[in-house]
Amino acid sequence: MATWALISRLAWRNVLRNRRRSAIILVAIAAGLWSMLFFAAFTRGWSEDVSRHAVATLTGHVQVHAPDYLRDPSVDHAMPAPEGALRGVLDGEAVAAWASRVRVPAVVMSERETAGVTLVGIDPKREQGLSFVADAVREGRNLEGAADPGILIGRKLAERLETGLGKRVVVMSQAADHSVVDRGYPVVGIYAADRSSTEMAFVFVGRDAAQGSLGLGDRVSEVAVALRDPSGLDAFVERARTAAAGLDVQPWTALEPMAEAMVALGQAWIWMFYFVMYIAMAFGLVNTLLMAVLERTRELGLLQALGMRPRLIVRQVLVESSVLLSAGVLAGALLAGATLALLRDGIDLSALAEGAEMWGMSKVIYPTLGAGDVVAAIAFIVVLGALASLYPALRAARKVPVEAITRG
Amino acid sequence: VTAGADDARRRGSISRTGLGLRLAWRNLWRNPRRTVLTVAAVAFATMILVFMVALQRGGYAAMIESAVGVFTGHIQLQAEGYHDEPRLEKTLADAGALAERVAAVPGVEAVTSRAESYALVSSPSRTYGAAIVGIEPESEPALSTIPRSVREGRFLASPTATEAVVGRTLARNLSLSLGEELTLLGQGRDGTLAVATLEVVGIFESGSPDLDRSMVEIPLRTFQDTFAMGDRAHSIVVRTTDLSRVDDVARAVAASVAGSDGVAVLTWDQLLEGLKQGITLDATVGWFLYTVLVFVVTFSILNTFLMAVLERTREFGVLLALGTRAGFLGSVVMAESLLLLLLGLAVGLGLGIGVSGLAGHYGIAFASSEELLAQWNLPARIYPRLDLFSLTVGPLAVLAVTTLAALFPLVRVRRLRPVDAMKAA
Repeated sequence: MATWALISRLAWRNVLRNRRRSAIILVAIAAGLWSMLFFAAFTRGWSEDVSRHAVATLTGHVQVHAPDYLRDPSVDHAMPAPEGALRGVLDGEAVAAWASRVRVPAVVMSERETAGVTLVGIDPKREQGLSFVADAVREGRNLEGAADPGILIGRKLAERLETGLGKRVVVMSQAADHSVVDRGYPVVGIYAADRSSTEMAFVFVGRDAAQGSLGLGDRVSEVAVALRDPSGLDAFVERARTAAAGLDVQPWTALEPMAEAMVALGQAWIWMFYFVMYIAMAFGLVNTLLMAVLERTRELGLLQALGMRPRLIVRQVLVESSVLLSAGVLAGALLAGATLALLRDGIDLSALAEGAEMWGMSKVIYPTLGAGDVVAAIAFIVVLGALASLYPALRAARKVPVEAITRG
Repeated sequence: VTAGADDARRRGSISRTGLGLRLAWRNLWRNPRRTVLTVAAVAFATMILVFMVALQRGGYAAMIESAVGVFTGHIQLQAEGYHDEPRLEKTLADAGALAERVAAVPGVEAVTSRAESYALVSSPSRTYGAAIVGIEPESEPALSTIPRSVREGRFLASPTATEAVVGRTLARNLSLSLGEELTLLGQGRDGTLAVATLEVVGIFESGSPDLDRSMVEIPLRTFQDTFAMGDRAHSIVVRTTDLSRVDDVARAVAASVAGSDGVAVLTWDQLLEGLKQGITLDATVGWFLYTVLVFVVTFSILNTFLMAVLERTREFGVLLALGTRAGFLGSVVMAESLLLLLLGLAVGLGLGIGVSGLAGHYGIAFASSEELLAQWNLPARIYPRLDLFSLTVGPLAVLAVTTLAALFPLVRVRRLRPVDAMKAA
């Protein structure tokens, strides 16, 4: 233990011996870690936004459909409203909210324009805590129940259709008997979403109204489920599959493969950037330590001649490197923390909103620092940094004492 | 003073430069390990910048090329306001004559006319909404990849036939197969009902999920008859001989149609604003990362510059005492730093070209999901593009910033006093 104390003191003094040199490498390490953490937070904010968006738009964590619905999302592939064992699972502890919906392709027409949309019949109360539509209405009111005769449309779609609150739109769709039915709905509310593509894609009506006009009886197209604990996804899907014999139960990761792929891509980018930054820092660190060691050749030789074992010299250089690394890491982490605190209201991308949408981003990105990313970044720097310092450390211990002392 | 003395002075100054360079070069190899590490750091940053910029440029070019090539074209002529609010009644009158005028503009490679509307399409068992596009079968293949991406059947052949090609996903949703009939129900330009029955002759897979899900192409004449359009069209689509000259050609095209009222000339970046912005956003994130990288590498090597001066304080003191000017010492130190940097740049540039060249040959697959790439208009493999920009911008940035860093220890040399310096440890 006493040796450790001695070594640490020696290392600390050596760091302070040339303050400017230590400060410079410290800046390099701090800036490196800062950029790693900032980039990780930005990328994580983006990929979490993608998956949150995928889950919260309409998908939920898990969906149940009739077997062929996902391949052919038409009125033909409806299923009975959940009952029996499935109902039991849905009403169980693990579920935060669930809702059954009618969801079919449709065409919506105002007096002036026509657009293709997905008609979603919902019970608005059940969407609470499940999908964005529960509190997305910006003008007018939300649907008041499954039997509400009105329709909710997106802000962007309202512009495109040149319609507004109180006006009527006609929705045409294929009914269960294959005839094309049309039904007029008064626009009771206009909703806003993160992305204009969502506002263009979905119109919402009461579920009973949809079932009535499409001749579905009380059959539905899908059941969407929000879990209390998203990490219990796989277990829940298993249970639901057992309970819902003959139906198709899918987790959101399978329903939204793009979101999954984007998250994976984001993770890969984080690792790549970590690696590049680490290399950039490692050159400086090794170089600095090497200088520190080489200019002490005589002193180190003397220490060895006095009986200090080479192993202790290696340890001393490694401690010296750890001191530099830790100080740099601390400064970098504080800096990153401050930057992210400044950006806690998000990075506003609305000037490039359409571009952001192309990359699957919302108009505002909230940098999110995952504990895993922080630990990984710091471990990366400290462990690999210590590894890189092995070379100067071993060099320091290699000199034969006499040769080292006598050499100028 | 004689000409001879002048001559001697000139010779003196020449040999001084030579001496300075020789000194600098020797000083570099006095501590070869440090030199190698420093060169490696500069080379690494340069290589990464060359490669990444080349990769970005290759990726962007591929995105633009495929987005523009599928359907949009380089330039479009439309009725004023059609782009913001595409409505059936916002048409270009006498499109044929207009297209002929545009085709005569130098730099224009191909021209075609299109009309577009939204309608209900029904197969025997299903009904969906879809975008109906009227195209000219003869000229469309030069402007769009869709005619070439027909996977079943054939593309439209006759300008007047009542036939259609349908996107793969839409065909599947409609449970529609080749040879079956498709009924189209929409609203004509005059407000009357537009109805047509068409034979499905082809099913295409464009690679763009949006188009495959929502598009039906029919002959322009058939479209005009069905939707009561006369000889009007919604857009005249232009392909230029060279994407980089689009702006010049667009100006010439605008001049050629200056006589017609209410015609807007739009280039691809106005037509595909999302793509343009997406590229800007990605490039901005890229620049942020490169800036940090250059900053960190600069601080990584700053110690080398600093130590090169600090460890020689005594030597410099002696030289100063012997009458060497501080300016000369400064130049030697600067030459040393520049040699170091140029060496690093050269190695980095070489590596960057090598890596980019290799990657340019094999291509880089950077995401596993083809659907994801398709959404970004990216092909499965991206090929880095080495051009003047990607070869110069990274190395120049590295050189500029690190040279600034190299100036920092120079201040110290200027401040040296011979006696104090000689006493230094």
